[in-house]
Parts: sequence; C-alpha cells; structure tokens
Amino acid sequence: MRVDAERKRPVKKEDILFKIVNYSIFLLFTFLCAYPFYYLIINSISSNELSSNGMINFLPRQIHFQNYKDVFQLSGLSTAVVVSVARTVVGTACTVMASAYLGFMFTQKKMWHRSFFYRFVVVTMYFSAGLIPMFMTMKLLHLNNTFWVYIIPGIVQPFNVIMVKTFIESIPSSLQEAAEVDGAGVLTVFFKVILPTCTPILATIAIWAAVGQWNSFQDTLIYITDQKLYSLQYLLYIYLNQANSLAALVKSSTNIGAVADLVTKQTPTSIRMTISVVVVLPILFIYPMFQKYFVKGIMIGAVKG
Amino acid sequence: MVVQSTKKKNMQGKKIVLLILPFLVLSFLFSYFPLHGWIYALYDYRAPLKLSQCEFVGAKWFVTLFANKTQVDQLMVVMKNTFALSFLGIATSFLPVLFAVFLNEMRCKWVRNMVQTITTIPNFISWTLVYAIAFALFSTTGMVNSLLLRMGIIDTAIKFLDSSNHVWLSMILWSMWKGMGWNAIMYLAAISGIDQELYEAARVDGAGRFQLIWNITIPSLLPTYFVMLMLSIASFLSNGMDQYYVFQNAFNKTSIQVLDLYVYNIGMTGKSLSLATAIGILKSLVSLTLLFSVNFVSKKVRGDSII
Repeated sequence: MRVDAERKRPVKKEDILFKIVNYSIFLLFTFLCAYPFYYLIINSISSNELSSNGMINFLPRQIHFQNYKDVFQLSGLSTAVVVSVARTVVGTACTVMASAYLGFMFTQKKMWHRSFFYRFVVVTMYFSAGLIPMFMTMKLLHLNNTFWVYIIPGIVQPFNVIMVKTFIESIPSSLQEAAEVDGAGVLTVFFKVILPTCTPILATIAIWAAVGQWNSFQDTLIYITDQKLYSLQYLLYIYLNQANSLAALVKSSTNIGAVADLVTKQTPTSIRMTISVVVVLPILFIYPMFQKYFVKGIMIGAVKG
Repeated sequence: MVVQSTKKKNMQGKKIVLLILPFLVLSFLFSYFPLHGWIYALYDYRAPLKLSQCEFVGAKWFVTLFANKTQVDQLMVVMKNTFALSFLGIATSFLPVLFAVFLNEMRCKWVRNMVQTITTIPNFISWTLVYAIAFALFSTTGMVNSLLLRMGIIDTAIKFLDSSNHVWLSMILWSMWKGMGWNAIMYLAAISGIDQELYEAARVDGAGRFQLIWNITIPSLLPTYFVMLMLSIASFLSNGMDQYYVFQNAFNKTSIQVLDLYVYNIGMTGKSLSLATAIGILKSLVSLTLLFSVNFVSKKVRGDSII
C-alpha cells in the first residue's frame, strides 16, 4: 500500500536533496560510532612502531599478533579476565534465577500478605542509601574484598522481578491450575511448568545482566583493594593511566637477549590499544547477535513505565 | 470444611513467604539496612576506628555545608557542574526524537538496520572503554593530534583531555555519542505503532514530508518524550560518577566534579567520610522530592503516574 503510494508520486527535486542530506548525516554518525572500534583493532595488530607514531589510521600495516601474546603476560590481566568472566556467568545466573523465582511467587494470589511483600521489594528501586553507607554496609557484612560483593548485592533486581511477574500474568493461568489438579506443589509448578515458558523474558534479563556485569567498574573501585579481584574494566582503567611503565615491563620479559624488533616491541600505545580490544571484543560479538533481546528489554520497560 | 480449606490456604500462603524469605532478607540487607549508615553523618568518623570511639558532632557537618565559607564555595562549584551537565542533558534530549524521525524517513531497509545496529553499540560499552577510545583519538599523541600535526594545521598538540576548557561540552558530546542511537530506539518503536492510515489520509490532502512529520509523527512521540523528560528531571542530581571519574584529571577537576563524584572524592579518598555521608543524605532527600514532584506533575498532565 504504502510503497505504491510512494511510487505514484512524482520525484521532486527537494525530495532528492532531502534524501542526500538525510543519508549523509546518518552515515556520518554511523561512521563516528564504528570507526573508534575499528581504529583500536587495526592499531593493535599493526606494527607497533607505526602505530605509536600515529601512522595507522585506515588500514592495518605489517600485521602481527604478538601484542596479544604479550599483554597476557602482564601480571593481573589473566586473573582479571577470569574474575570478569566468572562474575558475568555467576552473577547473571543468580539474578536470572532469582528474578524468575520471585516474579513467579509474587503471582501466587494465595501468598500471605502478598501486596505488602511485593511492595517491600519493588519500592527499593526508588531510593538508595548512598555511596558511603553502602560501603560501610559491605564492610560490616564482610563482603568488601571478596568476590561475592560482585554477586550477592545484585541478586534481587526489582525491575527484573516486575518484568517476570508481568510476563507470567500474561500467560493463561489454566496451565498452572491443571498442574495443581494433578497434585503438583508450588515449587514443582515453578520448575516444571512456569520456568520453561518464561525463556523469552529470561533471555532478555540475562543479556542485560551479563552486559551490566561485564561493564561494571564502580564496584571494584569502591569495594575492592585486593589486586587478585580486580575486574577487567578496572584493570583497563589502571593500565590506561600507567601504560608507560607497563610497556617497559613487557619489553624486559619478552625480548630475551634479542635485538628489539620495532614491529613487535611494546609501546604504551600498543599496550593500551590491545587491552582495550580484549575488553571490547566480547561486546562487539555479542551485541549484534542478541540485538533483538536488548530491544525487547527496553520495550517491556517502556510499557511498564 | 470451608474453615479447613481456608486454613489450608493460609498455611500454603505462609509457606510461600517462607520460600521467598532468603530473597526478602537480601532485599532488606542491601536496600533498607544500608540506611543505618546515615548515622555516620552525625559523627566525626575516622576510618579504622569503631563508630562508638568517634566523636558525636550532631548536625555539625550539615551546618558546615551551609556556613563554612570555603566549603560553600566548593559546593557551589560542584552544584554548578551538576546543574550544567544535567541541564545540557535535558536540552539535548530531543535529539534522539529527531534521530528516530529522520531514520524512519530512510526507505532503504538494510541501510536503516545497519545504522541502527552500529549506532546502538556505544551504549553497551563501559565508560572506561569510552575513555580508552577518547585517549586513543584525542590525547596529545592520539590520532587527531598526529593527523593535524602531520598536515601542518597545528604546530603543537592540542590538549583535548588535559584541559579545563570546554569540559562540559566534551562531556555532553561523549554522552550523546554513547547514548543517541540507543535512546532513539524507543521512539522508533513508537513510530512503528502509528496508524498508517493517518499518513495516507494526510497525503491525499496533499501534505508534504515535513508536514507529515510535524503534524503526525512528532505529536505521537510527545507522550513518550514527556515520560523520558520527567525521568531525567527526577534524576537531575544523579549524573552518575563513572563517566566523570574516568575523565577527571588534575586539569579539568574543577569543571568535571559533579555531585556523585564529589561525594566519592571527599568520602573515599579525601577529607571526611562523615561529610560525604551528609551530602549523600541531602542528595537522596532532594532526589526523592524531585521524583514525587514529577510523578505529581505526570499525574496532572497525562493522568498516569510514572513510578
């Protein structure tokens, strides 16, 4: 319909001009969004000498992958990768299961004082004690400087609970009733009947939680002083600020007696770029693959709001 | 019989509460219990000591905030930054609306999808990475400077990052770079929900492209825009600290320090944990008031609450 109507209209001069301007602006902005990532990647695989002189702008030159081998020798990087991957996996699994479980339980009308407990959880979205009281709390609970500070405080996410609850309320209750007639308890109903039907919403929650965990920076900054527990984001921040000394460190550990090869010799620039790519690559892979789940998440949020 | 079944139901109901009890405890521990920390604002807390070993000072910190000259001056600078950055954020919040409207005018579907995918990616990287990118491109040895130097346009490298000039502008530009594509998605969805017959009818009446946009598309996006606007007013004092923390340095500190960052800086690295708590309390109270106010406005204007 719409296409036909478009075709019938004669093409006007202003129309063409509009199209040119419109496409140009969007393509320019798209380029501005894509280029920085491309720039990091080509610089991390090009000759380190050329890249530290700012000679690599559009195409990689003298491609090599020595940088990636070298940065993983930096003390702390592999530990940080393990920490970041672990918190992403464990943290996501915990919050997804808790959201599903709580969301389901809050749909049970027979629950004792249901609306009170529901509000008790949901209202926590709207206030926060603040940074220092949170810090003191973690200290009191002996969570600071432990891995669990990344996981436990984030398990109950009111917003996710609301999303699951709304989702379950939209599926026919006959499913649950049929199972209850067969004598299934509330836990059986949850695991056998409800959980499998919730996968779409849980996938959305999972992908958001995973990105949040991977990108989280502030919690390491505030609660962690033990270097073994640094997350990748935090380590990247530290490395960005002290790449000079790091480059010296890598140089001395890898070039054993040999004449330093300028192509693969580490420079502050090469270290910064390579670590940045290590941190960003998972997002660049995962985002386009799961884009529809991300979009779904914001839509549900909007409907709720 | 009836009594028995109600009793049974009641038992089941209590059992469910027991089943979720661990999570209720978590919710209490990390949302309600931390409020006890507000008491630190009434003491002169020194780091390794116990609270009972510290001096009780009552409202001293709150008085300091408004009476001590240097403290007031410092806070004024911080509030100026906070207001400026929040205001710039609100002033530019209509750009994602335009982004969505004009992206929707693109008829070539694969280009549209490509633009949408690529422009939303920056939203999903951390501020640390944004800083890494900023460093790679705009530091004195970065890509922009070395390009300009080589082309002979400048003689000495421009200090984009280590300077106190245009800090607000560059911060808002980075926020826009990061959030523009993503913030437009909600409006794109709203556009796809508009009844196509409206457009058909308007076209029959001879309306041009811009008339369609102005009279149909924009008005149908206003309700969504209004909600977003209300939410950003509610979080006027909460700029977050990640962005400003990673970009802050000795040169730009006076123009970049927003309230959230200031609380961190004086609480965790500097002066006084108690003073930081006092500021945090005031911030929480003002934020809560703002939230209720915009909710009230929203109820009046569109007859629906936003919280």
